[in-house]
Amino acid sequence: MIVVTVLTIYPFLNVLAISLNNSVDTVRGGITIWPREFTLDNYSLIFTYGSLITGFKISVLRTLIGTIAGLISGSMLAYTLARSDFQARRFISIFLAVTMYISGGLIPGFILMRDLNLIGTFAVYILPGLVSAFNVFVIRSFIDGLPYALQESAKLDGANDFTIYWRVILPLCKPALATVALFLAVGQWNSWFDTYLFNGSDEALTTLQYELMKILQSTTTSATNSQDAANMAERMSQISPESVKMAITIVVTVPILIVYPFLQKYFVKGMTLGAVKS
Amino acid sequence: MKTITLNTENVYTKRKKSVWRELGNQKYLYYMSVPFVLWVFVFQYLPLWGWTMAFQKYRPGVSFFEQKWVGFDHFHTLFKDDHFYQVLRNTLAMSFMGLIAGFIVPVVFALLLNEVRVQAMKRFVQTVSYLPHFVSWVVAAGIVTKMLSTDGGIVNDILLGLNLIDQPIQFMAQGNLFWGIVTGSDIWKETGWNAIIYLAAISGIGPELYEAARVDGASRLRQMWHITLPGIRPTIIVLLIMSIGHLLGTGFEKQFLLGNHLVIDYSEVLDLYALNYGLAMGRYSFGTAINIFNSVISLLLLFAANGIFKRFTNESIM
Repeated sequence: MIVVTVLTIYPFLNVLAISLNNSVDTVRGGITIWPREFTLDNYSLIFTYGSLITGFKISVLRTLIGTIAGLISGSMLAYTLARSDFQARRFISIFLAVTMYISGGLIPGFILMRDLNLIGTFAVYILPGLVSAFNVFVIRSFIDGLPYALQESAKLDGANDFTIYWRVILPLCKPALATVALFLAVGQWNSWFDTYLFNGSDEALTTLQYELMKILQSTTTSATNSQDAANMAERMSQISPESVKMAITIVVTVPILIVYPFLQKYFVKGMTLGAVKS
Repeated sequence: MKTITLNTENVYTKRKKSVWRELGNQKYLYYMSVPFVLWVFVFQYLPLWGWTMAFQKYRPGVSFFEQKWVGFDHFHTLFKDDHFYQVLRNTLAMSFMGLIAGFIVPVVFALLLNEVRVQAMKRFVQTVSYLPHFVSWVVAAGIVTKMLSTDGGIVNDILLGLNLIDQPIQFMAQGNLFWGIVTGSDIWKETGWNAIIYLAAISGIGPELYEAARVDGASRLRQMWHITLPGIRPTIIVLLIMSIGHLLGTGFEKQFLLGNHLVIDYSEVLDLYALNYGLAMGRYSFGTAINIFNSVISLLLLFAANGIFKRFTNESIM
């Protein structure tokens, strides 16, 4: 178990140490989990990169909007599916479940986005993934576990179905919503391929992950075909020093790492519920 | 007699009426679900309609009715392309390696973690093990590349330190190592996460079974083998069927991010093939044919796996 823990954590500590190490010194190699020449210069440097600032803004925006929109749509649909008296319940459940196993694929998806004029827009980050079958089923199984009497008494008080959803169900669903919010936020924050596919050339709409991808890829390819280590090190320091790359990696990773341990008890439960039901 | 007929008629009209009345009563439920159903239709089902492209000589900007139909031509081209078989080999190889590793390692991890008796330690290990799951593949690929690099990568340092090799290995530049690297990265990233469900299943096993086994003098290992493993068998099988269904859909992010032109013979998978030879070159129809092939095989695998397990173990997902 200790081995597993070390295996998991070491790479992150290594990256952190390199990001805090003087970038010229890093080229000498041999940094493990402690910076040799401590500096924050790498971090102050990356905050001067314009494309990273834009990327950061877009990433934060899509995470916020995508998560909130996904939560509202997912929980609303889940509530209707949890109502055993709802006529269309069976049809909609199957309709949704099918999407978990069949997808049109990359190219039909691309053509659809093009036909809907979504390429080169911010909306392409939010709209396609708005309703996720898995998330809906997670929330639904949670609602199924709530006592039905609560809804019944609200109904007797004259509340309509929407009011019941909004006033009674939503506040009780917080654990399930926390799980789904985490899934959505992580998904939004971490995605880069949609940027690559739809908005890669649009500087104003690229995300942080995509910018990081470009920076990391630009040197990995040049590093692998260079046999001469000295030559490689020199070239790397010109393009983007190792330490700076690692600093960006940390900036991209930290927001998620701060959040997830606090939501642990929720998502463990959510995962189990979702898997059992679907 | 008369009254009975009247009654049934009554019930019939009542029921017919009540369906419509129910619909009225449930109007809010419809308001709350129908928009999203349409949504799913547009974004998930319309791309399936896009499959028709594979049977056309699709030209962008021309209406559906004016497209030229070519039948299975694109599939013929596909199956005659030698490159396709190489890509298929890569996809299957990496998928199967991922399937086997992604199935065995988390189960073993969950079993071992369950044996840790110190609660605080158990929780700490578990929290740490989730960590890589939350990191994007962009970051994960960057880290893997760093760890395997020839200058200062820890893996080469350790191998050199142990005198197992006398020259640093250029991990990222050797095609025959690529499948292993992808599988290894996957294990590193997802083991902790995938173990969640198994751990939950293990905690659902009644403690009285273990007590009885202890009384009978069964060792920890035997308890694991005779109680824990059979106890989580249904969970294992359901998850296995599901991952077989997603076998060819295991994604291409890893391959895209970890691959480079030196290892492309081993790194290119079906989706990347569709991307490079379909989208990038504007051969939409050809690319769609690749996507269809991928989806159809996935579905067949899912049904086959489901059928086989249903037959032999009475566990299934459908």
